[in-house]
Amino acid sequence: MPYGLVRFGVAPDHPKLKQVTAAFDRIAAMPGFRFIGGVTVGDDVTVDELREAYDAVVLATGAELSRPLGIPGEALPGSHSAGDFVAWYNGHPDFADLSFNLDHEAAIIIGHGNVALDVARILAKTADELRQTDIARHALEVLAASRIREISIVGRGGPVQAKFSAKELRDFLELKSCDTLVNDRDVTPKDFEPQHPADPELVEKLSLLRGFSQQTATRPRRCVFRFGFSPFAIHGRDRVETLSVTHRSGAVEDIAGGLVFGSVGRRTAPVTGVPYDTHRGVHANANGRVTNGHCMIEGLYACGWSKRGPNGTIGTNRGCGIATAEAVLADLAHRRARPDTPDALLARVVGRVTRVVSYPDWMVIDTAEKSRGALLGKPREKFVTIPDMLAAVGA
Amino acid sequence: MTYVVTDNCRGCRYTECVTVCPVECFHLDDSMTYIDPENCIDCGGCAPACPVGAIEPDYRLAADKKFWIDVNRRRAAETPVISARLVPLPGADERRLALGR
Ligand SMILES: Cc1cc2nc3c(=O)[nH]c(=O)nc-3n(C[C@H](O)[C@H](O)[C@H](O)COP(=O)(O)OP(=O)(O)OC[C@H]3O[C@@H](n4cnc5c(N)ncnc54)[C@H](O)[C@@H]3O)c2cc1C
Ligand code: SF4
Ligand code: SF4
Repeated sequence: MPYGLVRFGVAPDHPKLKQVTAAFDRIAAMPGFRFIGGVTVGDDVTVDELREAYDAVVLATGAELSRPLGIPGEALPGSHSAGDFVAWYNGHPDFADLSFNLDHEAAIIIGHGNVALDVARILAKTADELRQTDIARHALEVLAASRIREISIVGRGGPVQAKFSAKELRDFLELKSCDTLVNDRDVTPKDFEPQHPADPELVEKLSLLRGFSQQTATRPRRCVFRFGFSPFAIHGRDRVETLSVTHRSGAVEDIAGGLVFGSVGRRTAPVTGVPYDTHRGVHANANGRVTNGHCMIEGLYACGWSKRGPNGTIGTNRGCGIATAEAVLADLAHRRARPDTPDALLARVVGRVTRVVSYPDWMVIDTAEKSRGALLGKPREKFVTIPDMLAAVGA
Repeated sequence: MTYVVTDNCRGCRYTECVTVCPVECFHLDDSMTYIDPENCIDCGGCAPACPVGAIEPDYRLAADKKFWIDVNRRRAAETPVISARLVPLPGADERRLALGR
């Protein structure tokens, strides 16, 4: 289906951002556009087959793999990657069956990026704050029964180094039954002074964090920012019990918690037949042209997170896509003749997959999800299994 | 909320902002660009892309710049959408240097 992380990443309580899908729908309606869903590139069709049928193939496969923490104890029950949790609450079919045990009072999130804040906010919100979003029903049920009261958000750097944006941080001012705090033992007043007073983003972020450091807790739940800690081990007998961290000062501390979410970055999943840049965690490319060593692979390109890595906002990908499109157009004149055609290739691929999903198919699924949601006062109730989606299109 | 273009944009028109806007909500007249608050989805992509720091979220504007919220709303309604990058106006680079960027 379309929309990538706009559907399966962007948090359910950020509905305005999801309106970007209207821009995709406009593109889908353009002449010459064909959406072919339900096909995994590299498995159901090879990249070389695509290159034989099309002048240019652009990989826009995102960054689907979560980076592991790489510390002992990571495999204990209760230790998860933030990416899995996000995909679960957003109803991704590959993750809908995961189970998250929220019967503990303390949860720990490792990382100071926007995804870490999404996870913290979803855990901090009450069921009433989430009920009218497009959060998957299975997730709402589990979150409604959550016993979590304290959420620690642990990062290596200080307030100045935190990667999350001021806008994401501001969302914490709106929480109904959670106080947001900064553990004042971790920081000094100097940590809230921006080195670049002209950077309004940094100034706002630091002033929000300073405000949180002066807050007193009165509400049932707490989000606590912890600065300057590197985690080195997760301990527990049958499940996660503590996270051991070292502070910048050298002090070692054990943070108690029954759940750990690692949110330390993502990388692109390698696609069979496409050279991979292990260092950057993306398809090997030079400004969007996929490369093999020093050579360019004719007719193969990358854009978005699978070209640049996971950074920037949704809009950054448009500028990135324009740059790749310019490379495609510039190369077109030198492209060799194609031995195959898109229609002939599609006819072969249809026989290899359960069902090729077209854009009109997707629109049927979309409408069905919206009417299911309307009954519950939600913008949509997602189908969380592929058979359910296909049933909606009568397949 | 919405994002807002302010006076730093005047006479510059680098339009770096336009290429990153996923919903094409930038409008343009002879002197500067404006954001249509009805269409802006608050993704925040444009603000760091602007080489002269002309774009801010509405709540972050200083009191003496708040009027740009209305200016953007009004001028966006009166001017055409721009969806691709333009050539900067003559003098744009000088202006960028003058603004210390
Ligand atoms: C948890 C989270 C929250 C976010 N929140 C925000 C936010 O609030 N605001 C914001 O501006 N940005 C946010 N982002 C960032 C935004 O989602 C990304 O910038 C954007 O989605 C990247 O676009 P993309 O097209 O590169 O990749 P994606 O959106 O990941 O799209 C990749 C697509 O490729 C498909 N695919 C992958 N491999 C294959 C294959 N082999 N064959 C066929 N298809 C394949 C995937 O299924 C997917 O549909 C968030 C990201 C995450 C992870
Ligand atoms: S990039 Fe900045 S200065 Fe240039 S047109 Fe956009 S808002 Fe104006
Ligand atoms: S915040 Fe995003 S949607 Fe709004 S004008 Fe900027 S780039 Fe466009």
